[in-house]
Amino acid sequence: MAAVQTGRYHRSYNSEFRLWNTTPQITRMVILAIVLVLIPLVFDNYWMALVNTALIASIGAIGLNILVGFTGQISLGQGGFLAVGAFTSAILTDRMGVPVFFSIIGAVLLTAAVGMIFGLPALRLKGLYLAIATLASQMVIIFIVRRWDFLTEGQGFVDVMRLEVFGFSIERANFEQQWYMILLVITIIAAFVATNIFRTGVGRSFMAVRDQDIAASAIGVNLTRAKITAFGVSNGFVGLAGALMAHYTEIISWERFTLDVSIQYLAMIIVGGLGSVAGSIYGAAFITFLPVLTRMLADELGGVAPTLRQQLPAFEHAIFGLTIIVFLILEPKGLNRIWERIKEYFRYWPFRY
Amino acid sequence: MKTPGNDVWTVAVADYEEKLVRTRAYQHSLSGSTLPPGEPLLEISDLSLRFGGVKALTDVNLTVETGTIHSIIGPNGAGKSSLLNCVSGLYKATAGQILLQTSGTKDLAKLPPHKVARLGVARSFQNIELFDQLSVLDNIMLGRHIHIKKDPFMAMFWFGPAKRQEIRQRELVEEVIHLLKLQQYRNQPVGALAYGIQKRVELGRALAMQPSLLLLDEPMAGMNVEEKEDMARYILDIHELAGLTVVLIEHDMSVVMDISNRVTVLDFGKVIGDGTPEEVMANPKVIEAYLGAGE
Repeated sequence: MAAVQTGRYHRSYNSEFRLWNTTPQITRMVILAIVLVLIPLVFDNYWMALVNTALIASIGAIGLNILVGFTGQISLGQGGFLAVGAFTSAILTDRMGVPVFFSIIGAVLLTAAVGMIFGLPALRLKGLYLAIATLASQMVIIFIVRRWDFLTEGQGFVDVMRLEVFGFSIERANFEQQWYMILLVITIIAAFVATNIFRTGVGRSFMAVRDQDIAASAIGVNLTRAKITAFGVSNGFVGLAGALMAHYTEIISWERFTLDVSIQYLAMIIVGGLGSVAGSIYGAAFITFLPVLTRMLADELGGVAPTLRQQLPAFEHAIFGLTIIVFLILEPKGLNRIWERIKEYFRYWPFRY
Repeated sequence: MKTPGNDVWTVAVADYEEKLVRTRAYQHSLSGSTLPPGEPLLEISDLSLRFGGVKALTDVNLTVETGTIHSIIGPNGAGKSSLLNCVSGLYKATAGQILLQTSGTKDLAKLPPHKVARLGVARSFQNIELFDQLSVLDNIMLGRHIHIKKDPFMAMFWFGPAKRQEIRQRELVEEVIHLLKLQQYRNQPVGALAYGIQKRVELGRALAMQPSLLLLDEPMAGMNVEEKEDMARYILDIHELAGLTVVLIEHDMSVVMDISNRVTVLDFGKVIGDGTPEEVMANPKVIEAYLGAGE
C-alpha cells in the first residue's frame, strides 16, 4: 500500500469529484470522526460548553466566509444578522408555538431575506465603502431589536424554552453532551453544504466576482444576481447560527449581538483562512478558545506578573489584537494554509517540494 | 459509449473512431452560430463614444462576416479597445447601433455586459483578467457559466442534478483544454502560471462559452516570436476547426496580414480603411496614418 498520494490519477469524473480519495485521507477522516465522538466522554461540562459555542460560531463563520472570503464582499453586520436569526426562531417557537425544526428554518429564510435587502448597497459599493454600509445594517438591526417592544415584550430579553425536537427533549443532566451531538451533526451538514456550493457553478460565479468582476460580467455573470445571492446564502448560514444560539443559550438579548461580535467573526475567518470552509471552523474554534487560554496563561503567570491577572480584560484584548496582526503578517491565508503546509511537508518528505 | 466487443482490439478501434468523430464534431460544438459563412454576423452602424470632450469613436461603421478572422488595427489610442468594449457592453456607446444577427433585433449597445455575453459574444482582455485564485479548470468552467443552471439549492445538495451538470459541462471544457493543449496546467491556480499560458487560458475561457462571435483584444501583446506563432496557430485552429468568427485587435502587422481575412483600420476613432489585407496595405490613408504624411 502506498503510504502517500503520489499524484492525482482518476479514471472518471466521479472519482475526481470525490472529496477524499486516498487511503490516508480516508483514514484521517475516520480518526477525526472517532475523536469527535469521544470528545463528550473526555471533557467536563465547562469545556463542552465552550466546544458547543465554537460549533455554533463555526456555522456563523462559514456563513461570513461565503460572503467575505469567497465573494469578496465585506460585512460588518454579522452581529445584526445573528440577532435576526436568534429572535426569529425564539419568537416563533416560544410565542407562536411553531415546532423548533420549522422555526429554525423560518429563521434561516428570514435572515437570508434580510441579508439580501441589506446587501443591496453592495451593488454600488466596494471595499471600505461597503464596510461602512454594512456597519449601518448592524446599527439598524440592533436599534430595532432594542426599541421594538413587540420582540421582547418590553423585557429586553427573550426566554427560550428548553429544546424539544420531534418529541425528544434535552435532559438537564446531559445538557451539554446532547447539544454537542446535535450541533456536531448540523455543523457537519453546514460544512458539506458550503463545500458543495463552491464546487458548482453558483459558487464559482461568487469567486469570479471576487477575483475579477469585470471579467465575470464579460463571461455572463450577472453581478447583481451573484452578489445578492451571495448575501442571501451567506446570511442563511448566519441565521442558522443565530437560531441555534437562541435555543442553546435559552435566553437572548441584544447585548449578545453587538458590533464586537461582528468584529470577532471577521477575526475568525481571517485567522482561519479567507475563502476556506475548513478554515472557518478552525478560526471559530481558535477565537472561541482564545480568551480561555489567555485566562489560563494569566493564571500561570500570576506569580511572576500579577498585573496580567488584575488587568485580565485588557490582557485579553491585547492578545486578541496581537493574534490578528500576527496572522495578517505571517500567514494571511490563516490556519487552513498552515494545516495544508503540514500535510504537504509529510507528503513530500524527505524532499522539500 | 460502451462497445459490445470485448477483445482489446475492437475496443481500441472503436475508441479511435469515436475520437475521430469527436474531432470532426468541433465544427459546430464550439461555435454558437448557425449562420452560413459569409453572412453578416455583427453590424455596427454609426457608433460614437465620447468621454467628456474626448471623442473615442466617431460614426464607426463595420460589418463582420460569419466565418472570418476580422482584424482591427490602428495606432495607439485609435479607439480599437473602446470599440471592443462597446460591443461587449463594458462601455455604453453615446450613439449608434450594434446588431448581432444571431440574436434578432436586440441592440448590443444598450445591453449590460452579462446580457451581451448571453447572446454569444465572448472576449479576452488586453491586460489578462483571469480569476487568479482559481485553477485553470475552474476558469474555463466559468466560461460555461451562461450554459449552466445556477440554482443554489440544487448546488447545496450536490448529488444528483448538480453533479450530473458538472460532468456534462466538464466534457466540453476538456475539449477546450485539449484544443489549447492546457492539460498539464489543469489543476494549477492561474495566478502562478507564465504570461503566455495565462493568455491561452483566457482564450480557453472565452471559447468555452461556445460563442458565435469571439473578440480578442491583443492576444499576442508582450509575447516573443515563438509564443506569437503558437497563439496565431491556436486562433487559426479555432477558426478552422470550430468555424468561429473572430474579431482580433493586434499590433503585429505580420501576424495580422498573415491570418486575417479582413482588416479594418481605425485612426482617431474613425474608420480610415476596410478590406482585405492587400487592399488595406495599399490604402494611402492607412500608410499616412502609420508613417505620417508624405511630401
